[in-house]
Parts: sequence; C-alpha cells; structure tokens
Amino acid sequence: MNNKELPNHLKYLEDNLNKMARTRMLYSVISIAAIILILSTGTYVAEESNAGSFVRGIDNFFDYPIALFAKTFDAGFSWFGYVLDYVPDLLYTFNMALFSTIVGAILALILSVFASGNLIKNKTIVWTARRIMDICRAFPELVLAITLLYLLGRSPIPAVIAIIIHTAGALGKLFSEAIENADNKQIEGLESVGSSWLSRIRFGVLPQVMPILLSYGLLRAEINVRASTILGFVGAGGIGEQLNTLIQWNFGAKITAVMFLLILTITLLDYFSTFTRQKLIGGSFIIPKDK
Amino acid sequence: MDKVSKEFLEKHSDVINIKFSKYLRSFFYLFLIISYSIFAFYSLGFNKLTDQFKPDFAAKLIQDSYSYKDHINTKWSDTSDVTISYEGGAFTKYDPKDFPEWFLSDTNKHSVIFNNQGIIDIFKDRIEMKGFGDEEEKNLLLTFKLLNGKPTVEGYTFDDPKLPKWIRVTENKVEVRPSLFERLQVYSEKIEIHRFQFGWKYFFFDFASPFNKYSSSELFLLFFSSNRLDPEISNARFMFNEFLSNEQWFHGLVFSSLRDTIFMAVIGTLFATIFGLLLAFLAAINITPFNFVRFFIRRFFDSLRGIDFLIWSLIFLRAFGPGLYTGILAIAFTDTGTLGKIMSEAIENIEKNQNEGVESTGATRNQQHRFGIIPQILPVFVSQSLYYFESNTRSAVILGAMGAGGIGLLFLDSIMTGANFENVAYMSILILIVVFLMDTFSQWLRRKLIGNVFVAIVK
Repeated sequence: MNNKELPNHLKYLEDNLNKMARTRMLYSVISIAAIILILSTGTYVAEESNAGSFVRGIDNFFDYPIALFAKTFDAGFSWFGYVLDYVPDLLYTFNMALFSTIVGAILALILSVFASGNLIKNKTIVWTARRIMDICRAFPELVLAITLLYLLGRSPIPAVIAIIIHTAGALGKLFSEAIENADNKQIEGLESVGSSWLSRIRFGVLPQVMPILLSYGLLRAEINVRASTILGFVGAGGIGEQLNTLIQWNFGAKITAVMFLLILTITLLDYFSTFTRQKLIGGSFIIPKDK
Repeated sequence: MDKVSKEFLEKHSDVINIKFSKYLRSFFYLFLIISYSIFAFYSLGFNKLTDQFKPDFAAKLIQDSYSYKDHINTKWSDTSDVTISYEGGAFTKYDPKDFPEWFLSDTNKHSVIFNNQGIIDIFKDRIEMKGFGDEEEKNLLLTFKLLNGKPTVEGYTFDDPKLPKWIRVTENKVEVRPSLFERLQVYSEKIEIHRFQFGWKYFFFDFASPFNKYSSSELFLLFFSSNRLDPEISNARFMFNEFLSNEQWFHGLVFSSLRDTIFMAVIGTLFATIFGLLLAFLAAINITPFNFVRFFIRRFFDSLRGIDFLIWSLIFLRAFGPGLYTGILAIAFTDTGTLGKIMSEAIENIEKNQNEGVESTGATRNQQHRFGIIPQILPVFVSQSLYYFESNTRSAVILGAMGAGGIGLLFLDSIMTGANFENVAYMSILILIVVFLMDTFSQWLRRKLIGNVFVAIVK
C-alpha cells in the first residue's frame, strides 16, 4: 500500500512510529558504541599498566590453583586437621561480623526512621539524616578500618567500628526506602484513634516492614562476614590475618584449608539467608514498588 | 452487643488474646541478642578500648592532616647558622637569601614569630621565648641555656612545680609544646623549632616549582600569557606538568591510581553484566532446552559467587601480577555469578503472555527472546547492574589494597609509612568524592532508564 492512500491520522501515526524507532535505534547504537569504547580503552589501559600481559596471565592462570592442590594432596589426611585448626579463627571473624551487624542494624533503624518522609514531617531532619547515611555509606570499610587501625593499634575493634559505620549507612538507606514504601493506611488509622508517634511506628510501620528489614539484615550479615575477613588482611585479626600469613609463607595445604573453610561458610550463609528470606518475604527477593 | 463482641473476639483471637508463649518468644529473642552483644562486647575487647587509644598520637595525626610545619634548625656551636626547611625534608630547604617573612634576623639574634604573636629569640648563648600558653603564662619570659653541657630552663630546677605544664625537662632534652601549633626542642648540641601553620601548602606546585613565587592572580595571567617561562612548551602545559609532577602531593600518581580503580569497577561490572545476562538465559528453566545445562550453569554461578572476590583476587594476583587485570577479573568473576543468578530468577518469573503473544505472530525463538523476554527483565537488569556498579567502586578500592593496585594500594602504602597524614586525608577525600559521584551517576542513570521503580536489593 502506498503512503498516499493512507488516511491522514494513520500517516501521522506511522510517521511518529518511524521517528520513535529511529530514536531508539540511535540510542542503542550510541550505547553499544559507548560500551565498546569503554571496554577497548579499558583493556588498553589495563594492558599498559598491568605488571604482566593478559596472554601470559592466562597461561599462568591455573598454575597457582594446581600448585595449591598438589600441596594439599601431599598433605593427605592431616589436611582435615588443618581445617579444624582454623575453626577458632573463623569463629573470631564471625563474631566480629555478627556483632557489627547487630549494632549497625540498630543504628540504621534509628537513622532510617528519621530519614523517612512519611514518619518525619520536618524536611530538614529528613535531609540531614539522609546525608549522614550517605557519608557513612560512601566510605569503603577498608579505608575507615585502616585509618582506625593506625590510630588504635592492631585489634578487632577498628574493623568492627568501620563495619558498624558502613552498615549503618548502607542498611539505613534500604530501611528508609522500605519504610517509605510501606502502606500509609495503617499509620493514618492509628493516627485517627489518637495514638502517639512511637506507637504509630510500633504498630503501624514495624509489622509491615519487619520481614523486609530482617532479610536485608541477613544479607548484610553475609556481606559483613566477607568484609571482616578482608579486614583481617590489614591487621584486624581472625581468619583473614591467618590467610595473609599463610600466603606469604606459601603453606599450600593450609591455604586450601582456610579457603575451604571460607567458601564453606560463605556458601552456607548464602543458602541460610536465601532460605530465611524466602520464608520471610516469600520467593523473589526483588520487591516491586506496588507490593 | 455481647454476641457481636464474642464473635469478634473469636475471629480475631490471634490479635486480641496473644498467647503468653508468643510474648515469651519475643522476649527470648531479645534476651538472646542482648546477651550475645554483651558477650561480643567483652570478647572483642571493647572494654579495653581506652587503654589502647592514645589521644596525643591521634591529635598529632589529625593535626598533620590539615596543617604543615616548618623546621628551624640550628646548633649551639654557631647559632647564627640557621636552616629552615619545609616539613624537615632534606630537599625542601629554604634559600638563606629568601627566608620566610616570619623569620627575622638581627645583628645579635634571630627571631621566629608564631601565629599567636609568641616569639622565640635565638641568641648566641641562649634562647628566649615569650607569649605562649594561657593568659597568665603569656607574660612569662622563659630562657633556655646550656649548663654544664646540659639544656636547662633558667631560674627553674629540674622538676620545678612552678614550670608550665607544657615544658618537659629530661636529662638530655628540654621539650616545649605550648600548643599543637608550636614546638621547641633544645638538646645539648642542637636546637629544633617546629612552626605549624594551617592549610595544605604546596598543594598545586611543589617546593621546587618555579610557579611558587607567583600569587594566584599572577598565575591566572601567566596561564594565558604568551611569554613562555620554558621556551619549549606553553605556560599552560608547563603549569599542568608541574601540577602533576608535584613532589609533595603526587597528583599524577594519585590521579592515575584513581583512574585505574574506576576502570576496574566499570569494566569488571560490564563484563559481569554481559556474561551474566547471556548465561542467565541458559540457566532459566523456561528458556533452556536441556535441564542438565541449567543444572551446570547454576552450580557454576554458585561456585563463582561462593569463592569470594577476596580469593579470586589472590588467585589472579598470582597469575596476572599487581595491576588492572587482577581487579577487573576478580570483580567480573564474582559478579557474573551473582548477576547471573538474579537474572535467571528474573527470567523464570516473567509473564508468559507476552512471550506467547510474540510467538503467535510467527516469531522465531530468538525474536521471542528479544521482544518477549528482554523488555520484561530490562528494568531488573538495569537496576541490578547499576547497583553492582555502585558497590563495585568500593570493592575496587578494597581490591586495590589487597594488591591489585589503584588508589587502594596507594592509600594503604601512604598510611603505613605514617609520615604524611595530609596525603592520607587528601586521598580519602578523593575516594569519598569518587564513590559519591559514582553513586549519584548510577542513581541518575537508573532513574532516567527505568523511572522511579523500587527494585531494592544490593550486594
């Protein structure tokens, strides 16, 4: 069919459709070009600034794992003894992570209440609370922990403080998003019967958001176990510090023992938190706005 | 009325008559958390926190982060010979013809004038200081002399209670520290004065740079001037080079490290999203043709995720050496697993109707995926990739400190040497700014692309 035969309004529609298709096409081409550009410059910069080249690295990729496994195999049954040896260190790290998650989550809860526009009507307070959370969140734990380690000496405390601060910021943001997305009807209902601000939060908001908050908290606990392991590398103690020493001395069998423990813990925690989250908020852990 | 309330009571008995055991359970959980917290508080050593914390040390480091000091050194044998150096460096000595304006030389003495109007005079055989400490002590004239080859405060005995608290006399040394901004050390052979000032000096151009003697307005004119300081290159170029090669602040090194860190995060996340999305199709039960493929890809995702990026970085560090590849691959490997898992779950949860609609028009399988599935998972994909991008900026800093390079390693190095805390402060401010900008950028992009949809989950 020729364009001329079309009625006016259909012609208009088709023109618009073509126009939109062209814009979309343009956007896709631009974004693909941008991605290719970023990838190529990135690999170029990487090739320039890396100590070894990519091709050589690929050749050596399996050397280290194979060497580790060979040493593990040589160790035989004593390897299981090594695994047991490092359980106390693992518990130490776990202790750090759990404690900082609990304290961080409590701080996050307090901050998030003040950062939620539906609970606090004063815009200045909401703005301030949000900025406080932004600042807490922006610092990578490691930067804070190294600085505090330098000031306080080698102990788990700097790491715990650093994780608490980061957790308060990160969880606070998620908490306040969850609270702001809570249904307002309950709060209004409680307000209509003359309840106080605290009881509105206790009976109107908390029952709605508690499962979401708990699942976020669980997820954070998992992240914090990883974080406190890493902070062990820079002097906070625990299994991270042990792993660092072992790698420096190249004790192959013991390295795999520690790695095994770490992977086991992380995987178990992952399954545990997914399972509990599923119980708490059911299935999908992506929460659309309208639900 | 009675009847209604009875029915009502029965219907909502779970709300109105909460069982005692339910109360007990919540109290039990609360008790568990509190008792664990108390246990952890003591087992982690928080009660010993005050023993470890050295306020003087911390105050000194914090002061170092926002101030700089000039050293004034001389010897008792010849007090007319004075050297002044920036931060006491061997290569940052001021030219004797060009001493700072707070240092006055007279025929029989040198005077150092401090910001609080206090003065230290260096005579041939003694040092006099006046105008330091609190209001009462300001009128006190303190004289330091060598007595039998040992430094003493004139008019005071060794541990005189009348001495101001900020003077400490020991066997071989008199240490005077009225406030954080002034310090005088008198030894039996030499004299050292530290004069602190607020600010980051030589931030733009280092000590040896020819641009130091110009004021900011002169520099602005010089920037556009055609009178070349260095005949080889233009003034603007010269200024830029001088800025980057700053010996005190290492701008060039800091910026290239920051660039490395950003590249690690961006490229690692890009690779992770590309591979994660492709593999997610194979791992989704409603797409994949073979069940065993799904099983293997799932386990593959799990192992990528379970082996934490810490361990990946250790393995890659051995293979690729310190550098960008280690960081990029560690991020790409870990996040391929996580993003792949999330994406495959998202694909499994899509509405079938759209896919069937596309199929009914006679579309091929690939077209079905393109027009039936991709539009549905795009919001999840975009928001998740951007969330990961956000958190990977932080991960890249951490990876850097683990040995991959970038700003993380530079930060760790500069704090471990412990000398220049102002560099540490500078770097942490830069890290904060970069992380903040990345966050803002990714939030802006997310809002642009998918609107204000609440898809909240982060690593």
